[in-house]
This record gives sequence, structure tokens and C-alpha cells, in this order.
Amino acid sequence: MTGHSTYVPKSALARWFESRLPIMGLVHSSFIAYPTPKNLNYWWTFGGIASFMLAAQIVTGVVLAMHYTPEVTMAFDSVEKIMRDVNFGWLMRYAHANGASMFFVAVYIHIFRSLYYGSYKAPREVLWILGVIIFLLMMATAFMGYVLPWGQMSFWGAKVITSLFSAIPFVGDAITIWLWGGYSVDNPTLNRFYSLHYLLPFMIAGVVVLHVWALHVSGQNNPTGVEVKSVPKDTVPFTPYATVKDAFGMVCFFILFAWFVFYVPGILGDADNYIRANPLVTPAHIVPEWYFLPFYAILRAIPSKLGGVIAMFSSIAIFLFLPWLDTSRVRSARYRPVFKIFFWVFVATGIGLGYLGSQPPEGGFVIAARILTAYYFLHLLVIIPLLGLFERPRPLPASIADSVLASRASVGARVAAE
Amino acid sequence: MPLLKSAGLSAAAIFGGVLITATVLAQQPPHAPANEVNSDGHNDPVPPRQAWSFAGPFGKFDQAQLQRGFKIYREVCSNCHSMELVAFRNLADPGGPGFSEGQVKALAADYKVKDGPNESGEMFERPGRPSDHIPWNFPNDNAARAANGGALPPDMSVLAKARGFSRGFPWFIIDAFIQYQEKGADYIVGILNGYKDPPPPSVQLQPGQYYNEYMPGHRLAMPKPLNDGQVDYPDGTPTTVQQYSKDIAAFLSWTAEPKLEERKRTGLRVMVFLILFAGLLYYTKKKVWAEVVH
Ligand code: HEC
Ligand code: HEM
Repeated sequence: MTGHSTYVPKSALARWFESRLPIMGLVHSSFIAYPTPKNLNYWWTFGGIASFMLAAQIVTGVVLAMHYTPEVTMAFDSVEKIMRDVNFGWLMRYAHANGASMFFVAVYIHIFRSLYYGSYKAPREVLWILGVIIFLLMMATAFMGYVLPWGQMSFWGAKVITSLFSAIPFVGDAITIWLWGGYSVDNPTLNRFYSLHYLLPFMIAGVVVLHVWALHVSGQNNPTGVEVKSVPKDTVPFTPYATVKDAFGMVCFFILFAWFVFYVPGILGDADNYIRANPLVTPAHIVPEWYFLPFYAILRAIPSKLGGVIAMFSSIAIFLFLPWLDTSRVRSARYRPVFKIFFWVFVATGIGLGYLGSQPPEGGFVIAARILTAYYFLHLLVIIPLLGLFERPRPLPASIADSVLASRASVGARVAAE
Repeated sequence: MPLLKSAGLSAAAIFGGVLITATVLAQQPPHAPANEVNSDGHNDPVPPRQAWSFAGPFGKFDQAQLQRGFKIYREVCSNCHSMELVAFRNLADPGGPGFSEGQVKALAADYKVKDGPNESGEMFERPGRPSDHIPWNFPNDNAARAANGGALPPDMSVLAKARGFSRGFPWFIIDAFIQYQEKGADYIVGILNGYKDPPPPSVQLQPGQYYNEYMPGHRLAMPKPLNDGQVDYPDGTPTTVQQYSKDIAAFLSWTAEPKLEERKRTGLRVMVFLILFAGLLYYTKKKVWAEVVH
């Protein structure tokens, strides 16, 4: 979307540079003049928050990497040395460990925002698919990062997840041995995970650039789901409007982040990870980090190993096809009364699966996980396609400006009536 | 339309039902009679919550308590448990037990530390120095196992962070906001006070096993390490197991998290800054958006 982007270099040097590499013009049109729908709510801040968290992970990670030793007899101690002897090492380590969680909090909210307001629909399908790819890369990065401190949960988590590949028919065992770099999770595994854990965040950063590029082609969606009709009436320039609003939202998020880092830095982690990895002692419960729990529940809900693996990977892969599974032309749940209910049921299903993923796979927990897994796929594969055909949406406002004025008027009328 | 809407609402109701039933079912595993051990310790009692000086946003260690705790470690626990990650010099670090440099030097010199090889290629023993890590009674894990009926006493450096227990739903969410982060310390107090002799009739113990209320599975290979009056307190603090256990648990919380005070102090500054900054941004945002209808 091209709006009031008209960067004029002010000095001779800037003019000289701009005619050779128009990067200031790019920054200007992306973050200064970029037209933002004026009705965005705070759910739209989470994209910015997620980008910030990626940067924070890279900064804290690079510092940790200066002190960390990827070798099975030294990894645990090197992390403890960071906590004890490196100046502000405890801060770097806790900010990195909790930062991963906060990154996922932000990204989950960002994803559910897109689901609620239909941001994945045309013309934003590529933008959405890039987002799903970022999510997959994040999961791989966080999984490998968790292996690095080489505690019990690091080791056994790595063992359980890499062993999943052995379910692949015929070549499974060969693939698993290839992934491990040997006949079990050991030093070569730790070394390659460290290498990839350092690499993947930069690949994520690359995909984020594509994601933002795609965003700037189609423009932002907004709570009405109605496209911008008139730039002057429906939008405001990014700076100062979105900048200051996002800054406020971000600082509020930092308060939550700081709460975890400074006051309860261990509460999201597993106590077992403060026990050195021991291939001979299996922990009573092998539980992944909270952000993997819904998928872990789906994995364990299916009675066959291969089936579980397929279900787990497809539970995420389906999202790649969501723009075409959703048959409704209306984007925002605001105007889709039935979709809105199913949306919240789906959110609850996700949370329920997360809870079940944290529980031992026995008795009622297994039955519930099976029902919720079935419902998860039912929602995406059956309910979403059918709803678009049968649901009668509410009338859409003619434009963003109209919807803003209408809600103003109804507030005004209510105030007047009182 | 109403049909679809009620379909949505029933999906919500079924979902709720499934979760509640599952939770109720899972609280009572079908084949575990009450009190019997089950593999994952579902029915294990939760250790009582203690009051700790280092809990909460302004928490600080009680130096006298850490010094008493160190005395217990030195006189009792160190007979079996190692403390690999802690150096003598740490005992004089800020935010710790607050021993003086002189005290640390004298203390370290009381220990024999293996060093070498010297010029003639021999390993030798010398008195400890503040930079040495606290040495262990046993030369290796197998020696410790052999002396403890086959069980390995875990290293104590991060033990207070390596143990915990589940308080179940919804506490695992609430705990993050009430800052209940001292489960490891509560668990250690629980273990030290949780021995029962004779054990309940439903529990069969092997030789060298002891019944403990708070151990997952209730069988523990550590004999009751503390009894009333066992360790002298020159400052008149009561010499009871209850008091000892709190002191050693506080000391182990410090060894596990030696930067706790620095962390909470820094946290307060960061929080005050962020809240003020958020306030300023809020009013700036209001001002900037004042003339936009949105
Ligand atoms: C006689 C040797 C001995 C002494 C003295 C001793 N312990 Fe232990 N301790 C052990 C052994 C052996 C284990 C491992 C038990 C097992 O694996 O069942 C253990 C385990 C523990 C555990 C872990 C239980 C668990 O959850 O796995 C704690 C906590 C503990 N000891 C605390 C202490 C404290 C505190 C002291 C000092 C007051 C102490 N111990 C003194 C031998 C000892
Ligand atoms: C997408 C961004 C990233 C995520 C989600 C992430 C996640 C994680 C996680 C979950 C851990 C385990 C923390 C713990 O429990 O101790 C970890 C550890 C680690 N990470 Fe990252 N990380 C990211 C980026 C990076 C980068 C870019 C680097 C290096 C440049 C890095 C270096 C390290 C190191 C050295 C450790 C081991 C130290 C430790 O365990 O605290 N990380 N990471």
C-alpha cells in the first residue's frame, strides 16, 4: 500500500546516499509515513512485541554463547558458571530462558489475533504462510536451545523428540542415527544442536523481513476486516500514532517479562533440568516446555507412534492451508456471530490440550486428549469450511471511518440517554 | 442461524464437560489404593508452605540463618552430600552468609584438598584455599554409593532448585503471580520432617529404605539425618529438627541461587522504571491521539 510516503533527503550527503541506496526512503515509508488503520486495538501490538523478543533472544544468546561450553561433561557447569561467576550472567540466562517463553506468548497472541480477525484471508495468504514458517522455526530453535544446559529434561526431551523420527517406515532408524550423530543422544548431538540453535534465529530474522515486506504490500488488516478505502479518512501515519501506541503496549509487556525474569525466573522451567543429564536414569515425567504442550498432547493422544507423529505435524501444517479452508468472505469475527463462538471453543481446546500435555498419559487424561484432538481437527477441517457456507454474517460497515463514527455515535447516544 | 449458534454453544458445553470429567477421573487412578505408591506420586502429600525471609519481591537472606545452615551442612549433610559448585570464597560474597575473609581463609585451611602433580610427578594434599571448591568426603560416586547401600547422595549445590512438587491446577498459574518460588526449600523441610517409623502397613520397605511422607513414592535411601539437639547453636536458637531443617533449607536456597538478592534488588529498580515509563507513554499516547476519531 502506498500512502503519503514521500521521503525528501534534507542534506546533500543524504541526497547523494539516497540516489545510490534508497534505504532511508525505505525506512521512512515503512515506519514513518506508512498508513495504519486508525481503528487498530492493542492486539495489533504483538507483532512488534514478537520482533522485539527475537532481537532480545539474539542479544542475550550471543552473550551466553561467549561463556557456554557445548560439551557433555562441561555444558551444565558452564551454565552454572554463567549464573554464578559471570557479571550479570544470571540476568542474561534468565532473560534468555524466560524470553523464549515470552516470545511464544507474544506469537501465540499474534496468531490468535489473526484467526479472530481473519487476517489470513486474501490478499494476505503469503504473509500468513510466512508467519507459520516463522512459528515452525521458532519451535525448532527453542527445542534445541532447551537441550543446551544438558540437564535431565534437556537430555530426555531431546531423546523423546528425536526418537519420533524412528517411526518413519523403512528409513526411520537410519534418520534417527544420522540426527544423533551416533547411536544415542550424546556429544555430537549437543554440538550440532548448538550450531543450529545459533543459526536458526538468524533464519527467523530473514523470514521476518519477508513477513514485514509482504505486510507492507497488502497493508494491515483491522478489527472490522474491511479494507482501507481512503487513506486520509481510514488511516493515520505510522509515526507518531502507531509508534507511540505500540511503545506503550510494549512497555506494558516488558513489565510482565521483568516480573518473570526478576521475581519468578524458574517457575516456567522444570526442576529436573537442574539435575545433570543422566542417560541411565529416566525422569518420572518427561514434560516439554509449556509452549509445546498442546502438540505433545496430540502426539500422545494417537495410539500409534507413526500416527501420533503425523497428527502432531499436521496439526501445525494445516494452518498453511487455512486461507483456503475458510470459505467465508467476511474476515472479522465481529461480523460472524457463530464463528465467534467456535473461535473461543477452539481457544479453549488449545488450552485444554496444553493442560493434558502436562499430565501423565493415563486414564481420563488420555480419553480427554483424544476427544480434544479430534475436535481440534474437526474445527479446522470441517467446521471452518462449513461455517463460511451456512453462516449469515452481520452487515459490514462501508468503511473503517464509518465503523468508527458509528461506534462513537452509539457511545454518544448511550451517554446522552443516561 | 440459531441452530448453528446452539451447535457452537453445545460444543463449548461438551468441551467443558470433557475437561472436568477427565480431571476428576485422573485424580483417582483406578488401581492405586489410597496411600499406596504410584509411579508418578499423584497421591503424595504436598509439603507445607514455610515463611522464608528471602521470599517475595523484597526478599533477603537472613545471614545468621545461612551461617547456622552452613554449620549443619558442614557437620551433618557433608558426610554424604557434595557441594561441587560452591567455592569457600563464595561464603564471603555479598548476599550470602557474610563470613569475613579471615573466617573463610581459616575455614578453607581446615580442609585437605588434593592437588598436583608436583615437580616430581606426585599428587599431594595441601590445606584448602578460599578459591578451592568445597571438597567432598568421597573420592568418587561409586565410593559414595558403596557407603550408602547403593544409593548416590545427590550433589547439594542446586538441590533446592532441582526439587519441587506439583500443586495442580489452578495453582500452577496462580503461583507465578503470588511469587511462590520456594517449593524446593519447602520440599527439603518436608523431607527432613517427613520420616515415619514404623511406616504405614501398606508400604513394604527393602533393607536400607526409610519411609518418608514427602518423597515421591515414599521410599528414601537416606536415613533420618537430623534429630533434636544434634547440632549446637551457640546463639541460643532452638536446637530442634524443625529449626535445623529450615536453616539448612535456607542455606541450600542460597547455594542454589547466590544472586537472589542482587536479582530482586535490580528487579525493583527495573519495575519502578518500567511503570513510570509506561505512565508517561500512556499520557503521550492520549495526547497524540486526542484529535483522531478512532
Ligand atoms: C548418611 C548419609 C547421608 C547424610 C548424612 C545426609 N544424606 Fe541426604 N541423602 C543420602 C542419600 C543416600 C540420598 C539418596 C536417596 C535416594 O536416592 O533414595 C539422599 C538424598 C537426599 C535428598 C533428596 C531426596 C530426593 O528428593 O531425591 C535430600 C533433599 C537430602 N538428601 C537432604 C539431606 C540433608 C539436608 C542432609 C543434612 C541435614 C542430608 N541429606 C544428610 C544420604 C545422606
Ligand atoms: C528464536 C530465538 C531463540 C530462542 C527461542 C531461544 C531459546 C532458548 C532456550 C529455550 C534455551 C534454554 C534456556 C534454559 O533453560 O537454560 C536456550 C539456551 C541457549 N541459547 Fe537460545 N534461543 C534463541 C536464540 C539464541 C541465539 C541467537 C543464540 C546465540 C547467538 C542463543 C544461544 C543460547 C545459548 C548459548 C544457550 C545455553 C545457555 C542456557 O541454557 O541458558 N540463543 N535458548
